[in-house]
Amino acid sequence: MATVFGKAVKRREDPRLITGHGQYTDDVRLPGLLYAAILRSPHAHARIRKIDTSQALRHPGVVAVFTGQDIQGKMGTIPTAWLPPDSGIVTPPHHALAVDRVRYVGDGVAMVIAEDRYTARDALDLIQVEYEVLPAVVDQEAAMQEGAPQLHDEAPGNVAFHWKVGNFDPSAVQDADVVIRQRFRQQRLVPNPMEPRSAVADYNPATGEMTMWLTSQNPHIHRFLLSGILGIPEHKLRIIATDVGGGFGSKIPCYPDEALVGFAAKTLGRPVKWTEDRREHFMATTHGRDHYDDVELYGKKDGTILAIRVRATANMGAYLSTAAPGVPTILFGLIISGPYQIPYAEADVYGVFTNTTPTDAYRGAGRPEATYLLERMVDLFAREIGMDPVEVRRKNLVRAEQFPYNNPMGLTYDSGDYHGALHKALEMAGYAEFRRQQEEARRAGRLVGVGVTTYVEICGLGPSQVAGAVGFQGGLWESAQVRIHPTGKVTVFTGSSPHGQGEETTFAQIVADRLHIPVEDVEIVHGDTARISMGWGTYGSRSTPVGGSAIALATERVIEKAKKIAAHMLEVGEADVEFEEGQFRVKGAPSRQVSLGDVTLQAYLAWNLPPGVEPALEGQAFYDPSNFTYSFGTHICQVEVDRDTGEVKILRYIAVDDCGRVINPMIAEGQVHGGIVQGIGQALWEGAHYDEQGQLVTGTFMDYAMPRAHFFPTFETAFQETPSPHNPLGVKGIGETGTIASTPTVVNAVLDALSPYGVRDIEMPLTPERVWRAMKGAQEA
Amino acid sequence: MFPNAFEYEAPTSLDDAIRLIREHGYDAKVLAGGQSLLPMMKLRIAAPAVLIDINGIDELKGWREVDGTLRIGAMTRHAELEHARELADSFPLLSRTARWIADPLIRNRGTIGGSLAHADPGADWGAAMLAAGARIEARGPEGSRLIPVDEFFVDTFATSLNEDELVVAVHIDKPTGPVAARYMKLERKAGDFAIAALGVQVELDSNGRVAKAGIGMCACGPIPLRATKAEAALIGQPLTDETIKTVSRLVPEDADPTDDLRGSAEYKRDLLRVFASRALHEIAEELKGKVGGQ
Ligand SMILES: Cc1cc2nc3c(=O)[nH]c(=O)nc-3n(C[C@H](O)[C@H](O)[C@H](O)COP(=O)(O)OP(=O)(O)OC[C@H]3O[C@@H](n4cnc5c(N)ncnc54)[C@H](O)[C@@H]3O)c2cc1C
Repeated sequence: MATVFGKAVKRREDPRLITGHGQYTDDVRLPGLLYAAILRSPHAHARIRKIDTSQALRHPGVVAVFTGQDIQGKMGTIPTAWLPPDSGIVTPPHHALAVDRVRYVGDGVAMVIAEDRYTARDALDLIQVEYEVLPAVVDQEAAMQEGAPQLHDEAPGNVAFHWKVGNFDPSAVQDADVVIRQRFRQQRLVPNPMEPRSAVADYNPATGEMTMWLTSQNPHIHRFLLSGILGIPEHKLRIIATDVGGGFGSKIPCYPDEALVGFAAKTLGRPVKWTEDRREHFMATTHGRDHYDDVELYGKKDGTILAIRVRATANMGAYLSTAAPGVPTILFGLIISGPYQIPYAEADVYGVFTNTTPTDAYRGAGRPEATYLLERMVDLFAREIGMDPVEVRRKNLVRAEQFPYNNPMGLTYDSGDYHGALHKALEMAGYAEFRRQQEEARRAGRLVGVGVTTYVEICGLGPSQVAGAVGFQGGLWESAQVRIHPTGKVTVFTGSSPHGQGEETTFAQIVADRLHIPVEDVEIVHGDTARISMGWGTYGSRSTPVGGSAIALATERVIEKAKKIAAHMLEVGEADVEFEEGQFRVKGAPSRQVSLGDVTLQAYLAWNLPPGVEPALEGQAFYDPSNFTYSFGTHICQVEVDRDTGEVKILRYIAVDDCGRVINPMIAEGQVHGGIVQGIGQALWEGAHYDEQGQLVTGTFMDYAMPRAHFFPTFETAFQETPSPHNPLGVKGIGETGTIASTPTVVNAVLDALSPYGVRDIEMPLTPERVWRAMKGAQEA
Repeated sequence: MFPNAFEYEAPTSLDDAIRLIREHGYDAKVLAGGQSLLPMMKLRIAAPAVLIDINGIDELKGWREVDGTLRIGAMTRHAELEHARELADSFPLLSRTARWIADPLIRNRGTIGGSLAHADPGADWGAAMLAAGARIEARGPEGSRLIPVDEFFVDTFATSLNEDELVVAVHIDKPTGPVAARYMKLERKAGDFAIAALGVQVELDSNGRVAKAGIGMCACGPIPLRATKAEAALIGQPLTDETIKTVSRLVPEDADPTDDLRGSAEYKRDLLRVFASRALHEIAEELKGKVGGQ
């Protein structure tokens, strides 16, 4: 049978999902199901004087109303699970419902449980809350000023943590010819997966068992945390997250709302469901990014970059969400030297509390922020020394023969051919030709520009030992179990928790490829803590390199065992048997063979197994990678700016990504497409905005501009394959590369188009008006 | 995003609808395409106790031409006007405007009558109807009356309709000379309300000079506004580069935009100028050779 590894097998999950046969959390219906609605603070900062729930309680159909006081001591607080070391991090208590103070618009104040969703919603209007409004602060730099409103007693000056990394040393930059200084704003983004957050909890008071359906990227982490919060022992708590409609990081955290649903079900002894509406998503689901970055780049006139430094202030929102502190620190600071041989680097990061929705991981998480500032700085540097930006990159990129390469922050890049990807992308783009055309276009009065990004990404999170060293309160290995049934069909249990990425297909390809069976004979089971022994979930582009590798190892173990049985059946030594085309064959006498199917059946019948071999055919692996893996590539974008209106039109977009071996090019390309769109969304349209009082003014799709298909040309994508040397599949990650690379690519392209005006920076998103204003400002200056 | 409970009425005649509106007064809301009303109800900005659904009233559907005037029923969907080829030559603004409204799903449901009655200053029909010189036919217990579009919009979300009146149709006169029109709009994302938009319609006389000009501005004031000065400057002029330049500069003078999330007043004004210039150049190009004797 032809190998299926590397083939564009169609996504097997799609027929189910697009014909409405999936089961998302909100699809779950149980007898006696109650519905929850959550009253949220309309104020960014206020003291709660009094809550009167009596009218709501009298409303027909209302079963219960809980306030912060009601749940005090009956359920735990919401934990933070990433504590960067030596950062002085403080984690003030985050109550599932505010007890005496609300700290952002959307902070939970009370929960209504009713017989149906409409009644629950109606009853929210009947709860009377007396607030004493306090001054609010939404900007992290303002929050650090003296006299700013203070959010938590535990965090004077609103500083949640201060973390520093790097080897910068002033003597190292004595030879610098130029120093570039620039401040960048990473605006705040709202994740907006298609499926909103949802939870259903079903508690059996007799057995003490709780089943929760949850929109989760990591059900085992949720089980672990919710077990503590709800006081339900882990072995009696089951989390199901089979079909999850996207997350982009926002379904990693453990939220108050889901915990409250569990609390209500346990307290009332009836199943409870809650699904956020889109407005709640905007205000109560974690946001992404939101930095100020002050950056310095030291370089020489010949294009050599000597050092890069950043001082960042990251807006953490009102509380520290589950993984949040790791995002602007570990996932950002360690990679700010990117794919370049920059010997000295430093990141100095403040995490700051403000009266805004908590932030956490958002597709790329930290790495887009790092890549953005670096790529922007490289272009500014090139401009300053009068060198082509591609030339500067070529000069500084780590060379293929330097791998494994140690960056100044102590990371070891596993493998790469950065120049190869750059070369390929430049060829595809016709870069030299474009530069000539650009000259002509400029003479004709048109503003066209090109942006080039060369990036490297930390993915495949990660060795557990490193997780521990960087303060992640969990492991980062992955589990897999491969079970061949007596009829030869295969069920695979994975600790990864795909939620749109297509691993039901790619993981099946890994197994089918190794067992020489059709993909259709392999079923992937994920997202259910009762069926899967353990898992750390899907984020950080880790599912294929870590979860997939675990599956590959478990499959190898199955084959090993089958080989023993086959050898026994063929009456030869194990060393004389090889597995080819689905047959166990005697080396040198290939006509003597038994099929995997026959061996499997014998394994289950167990009538004649070799001594010491147990019945059945299963393999299990717990795989902990020895390193992260580092995807990389080059993205190029050509744009045209409308002189009169400031509109940006994307003319071409070229992406060459290297994620090691590609299991399914169609799915990998799909990930790249989605990533590019999301990254360009940040560059050109998206942005969450609070007013001075802390009201979220971009609280619906009417105000928050999401990317739409008509803005984009057909993407021109290609893959280069430089295998990772340290995992059994040679794979890296592809889920976040597009988001990491595309944002600076587009912004640099626009600024290149505007270079006749000498515009250095435009704050994202680069709306037509901001571009128009930049041109106007330059003309007037 | 769950509305409050409401009663639902679905009259099948205009008389019944008007009777119901009278009966329920302020408690009731008319439901046309629902594309403005339902989102407001889901956000509980609107909480009517009674919904009077006018989708079942045949008298409000479709269009016909009588004595040189086109009468478009209030329940005509945006999408129907977008695709009405037979109207494209004489009433070019209809299709050119409709295609800019929201997205296909919303255009399939939303109606011209609902849009005008809703009187959102960001709605596209208002500016287009100003440019086309439309009249709004209203019907109440006392019968029908025609309201010139210039008198129809009173303030943001407020019209000169009486509380018990319905929009039943829109009337547009058929141009007698060569006509061309453009609708220009800048959105933050596909399917969005305008940052600013402009509808321009020009009719030439037999000498190739402008006989009639209509310029309506969208999202540039509390109501859709007419660029009166620019219109006046066009009348009697040939569409030369010179004229277009002068006229485009006059357009923002009648605008009254404010700074908001979509854009600053300054930017919106400049967009109006750019759009006017582009629209008039395109119109001049299109009308070249369409005038008798040239
Ligand atoms: C996401 C989104 C994007 C949109 N983008 C645009 C856009 O770009 N441009 C644009 O112009 N519009 C846009 N709209 C609005 C859309 O065009 C609506 O269809 C329109 O504004 C209202 O028409 P309707 O038939 O849907 O009215 P409804 O929503 O049913 O009613 C609107 C209001 O008018 C009243 N009403 C309705 N019909 C009548 C009548 N015949 N007589 C008296 N009162 C009546 C109703 O009682 C209600 O108060 C958008 C809407 C959405 C949801």
